[in-house]
Amino acid sequence: MLTDTFLFYVFALLVLGGAVFTITRRNAVHSAISLIVSLMGVAGLYLLQKAEFLFAVQIVLYIGGIMVLFLFVIMLVNLDQAAHERQFNRQWLVALVAVGLAGAQIGWFLYKGAASFRIGDSVAQPLAPGGGNVEQVADALFSEYLLPFEVASILLLVAVVGSVVMAKKRI
Amino acid sequence: MHPVTTAHYLALSAALLLIGTVGVLTRRNIVIILMSIELILNAVNINLVAFSHALRNVNGQIFAIFVITDAVAEAAVGLGILIALFRNKETVQADEIDLLKW
Repeated sequence: MLTDTFLFYVFALLVLGGAVFTITRRNAVHSAISLIVSLMGVAGLYLLQKAEFLFAVQIVLYIGGIMVLFLFVIMLVNLDQAAHERQFNRQWLVALVAVGLAGAQIGWFLYKGAASFRIGDSVAQPLAPGGGNVEQVADALFSEYLLPFEVASILLLVAVVGSVVMAKKRI
Repeated sequence: MHPVTTAHYLALSAALLLIGTVGVLTRRNIVIILMSIELILNAVNINLVAFSHALRNVNGQIFAIFVITDAVAEAAVGLGILIALFRNKETVQADEIDLLKW
């Protein structure tokens, strides 16, 4: 239990530190590397909550796929000039005030409702029978959520065609 | 040290969401705005997995998979649009793209 708590704070530090560095760095490559640190922290949190399949998906898809895509685009698009310009827009103060208000609201609700989130903490029962996490996810995905799963594949096909059409010089 | 509860995960997720929102609203560089959107989607996923763990139910993880699918599609199309934009306007600053502004 102590190890879990300690690891949670380590991963939380990785997530939040990486996120703050992501949005404050001037160089986009540094931002991308900080984002990788943040995403690895999120992957660790998944592992801490026994979501092993999502842990693997997070590493392979996010860190291996999306971040490589980002780095490719950073190299394709010339960002040298952008790094020497102003990094934040003129409305940053308004944005910070609005986000602060939203954060106060979310924090108030969390503070008021924190006691009602102790749903399964005292119950030490094992997860539902039927193997490990991957089996359970596959079972739910291919029986109960089969139609959304197929619709998601159509979405991915549309995204592939759309991104090729967008990035191509002449069609 | 106290044991970690679902509320801890929700607080972390809220903090990540707010950091991502600050990034979307204040940065000028479109690449970093897209990265901030990824941060926001990850905050949602932390929430979903935390409740999935607390309720001993795998449905939250399924929804997290769908959110990741959407994030992939969004990143691919968004970066394609960014390349097309850079080819036409030679800029990656969000506030210089103001053709529709009056």
